[in-house]
Amino acid sequence: MAVAAEYRMPDLRDPAGWRRTKNRIATILMVLAFVLVIIPLGFVLYTVIAKGVSVISWSFLTGPIVPQVVPADVGGIGPAVLGTLEITGIATLMAVPLGVLGAIYLNEYGGKGVLARLIGFMSDVMTGVPSIVMGLFLFSIWVLHFGFSGFAGALALACLMLPIVIRSTYEMLRLVPDPLREASYAVGATKARVTTTVVLPAALGGIVSGALLAIARAAGETAPLLFTILTVTTANPNIFSGANTAIPTQIFSNAASPYVGAQSRAWGAALTLIVIAFILMIAARIVTARFTRYSR
Amino acid sequence: MTQRAGPAVPTGSARPLSERRPLGDRAFQLIALASGLLVLVILLLIAFSTTQQASSWFTTEGWGIFGKTWNPASNQFGALAFIYGTAITAAIALVIAVPVSVGVALLLTEVVPYRWARPIVYVIDLLAVVPSVVWGLWGILVFAPWIQTIYGSIGSAVQGVPVLGALFGPPVSGASFFTAGIILAFMITPIVTSLSREVIATVPAIEREGAYALGATRLEMIRGAVWPHSKGGIVGAVLLGLGRAMGETIAAALVIGSSATITSHLFAPGYNMPAVIANQFGEASGEFRAALIGLGVLLFAFTIIINIIARGIVERSARRQRGA
Repeated sequence: MAVAAEYRMPDLRDPAGWRRTKNRIATILMVLAFVLVIIPLGFVLYTVIAKGVSVISWSFLTGPIVPQVVPADVGGIGPAVLGTLEITGIATLMAVPLGVLGAIYLNEYGGKGVLARLIGFMSDVMTGVPSIVMGLFLFSIWVLHFGFSGFAGALALACLMLPIVIRSTYEMLRLVPDPLREASYAVGATKARVTTTVVLPAALGGIVSGALLAIARAAGETAPLLFTILTVTTANPNIFSGANTAIPTQIFSNAASPYVGAQSRAWGAALTLIVIAFILMIAARIVTARFTRYSR
Repeated sequence: MTQRAGPAVPTGSARPLSERRPLGDRAFQLIALASGLLVLVILLLIAFSTTQQASSWFTTEGWGIFGKTWNPASNQFGALAFIYGTAITAAIALVIAVPVSVGVALLLTEVVPYRWARPIVYVIDLLAVVPSVVWGLWGILVFAPWIQTIYGSIGSAVQGVPVLGALFGPPVSGASFFTAGIILAFMITPIVTSLSREVIATVPAIEREGAYALGATRLEMIRGAVWPHSKGGIVGAVLLGLGRAMGETIAAALVIGSSATITSHLFAPGYNMPAVIANQFGEASGEFRAALIGLGVLLFAFTIIINIIARGIVERSARRQRGA
């Protein structure tokens, strides 16, 4: 058995020495990267909550917007809350149905055709169009002809939301299994009927949660609103005519202000905005967890 | 209809029961098609309408649009300082955000177990939910005053040193190119992370297992199996992050310092394209406004080109993975 005695087993234990050290350094760096992400996030959330929570009250959320020199604890952001709800709501009513229909075209009708692939590709590209360009666009084609209005802002937000809704809906439609469609065709249903009564309900959970995330993103956008609603200080319930205001643009005009009162109202408004976005995000998670039938 | 010989044998594709599709069915298809085409229509309209509004800037200035001087009072509208600022801030943002994002993406896919990965993804998503204007508010009121002291000590330490002095020496200001770059880095980290994670997740498990079976450590496996497969896709993700960093407006408008200067000093106040549009549009009219809209046109052109390249790279790399 001389041969067996000369044969040495390869070392299958943990790699030793420099190789192991390098591997550990790499792992530590990855964890460090995550820590680097958490620090600013925690810092921002802590600051906004610490400075905003004492400002927020019912009278702050509904009160009138006062001049920037007015000290803290007076006035509120009532008109901006109204404007944000109206503008984001109208934008949602436009972007979500059109986005869902566009995704239906991409997945149910277009298939692998050239046009569907072009639309899908350009829709992804459109998510990268800077939000300020959307503002300039709506300023050029709407505001110059019809004047400033909440509706112009809603159009700009809808342009931003449209590709996001298309992408998230498309991903959900793709997950609906084909046998479901084939079973409906087999009993003689038309394509429109199959899509609206079988495919859409099957994908509804994912579609709703994607739409909620798009709304959360749009509600915090400032740049598209600057040149479309103009940011006034009085409430304007009429969304279709006259300048309007919204929470993000109100924060923007207060942020650059040297007055303590204006700054503290900006923190209160920032907390309001973050709470709105978080509520929408948590709602999206709940919808995903409870109503999604097919997931990746 | 031509008469076919013999009984109609059903072939591959199913024949519809009625030859004429109902009107409602065709109308629905048309509505869906129109909604899809809306994307292309909007993109064309953006290009057309903004270029039209900016045409007087392009025609009167010619190549002067890339001039150095921006002085609305004397009708001089050269955009070079803003293009420079956009490039500098985006570069700073990428230098900070890319290693962090790729590190977190690797952590999520290769290190932590699935049940830990989900909460980490939630945290990264939270970063994306913080609105731009809130980053800007925090940046100008909290972060800039804090980091100004750090800039100050770095600045006095490197003053007079050849290259470092030119980059990090005085003048220093809390609101500066570098502050804007840092804030932009926070803002693009979520998208670069999630796209890199998607790309890395497509690496075939068999290659990972093969590398481990040969006795590779995790780092060696990442370098030998994950990196060759996903480097193209990660380049695409980085380009998408670059597009975002170039177009991000409000946070930059608040923290960049609002000074149209071309300088090598990264801690000095500067300006970039979206910020100057946001800050000066309110008081602009005539030629001034055309120039600002023209900056928007340039920004649109830059970001569209970057996004088309990036999406092309990401899609091609995803397709190659599926084919492999």
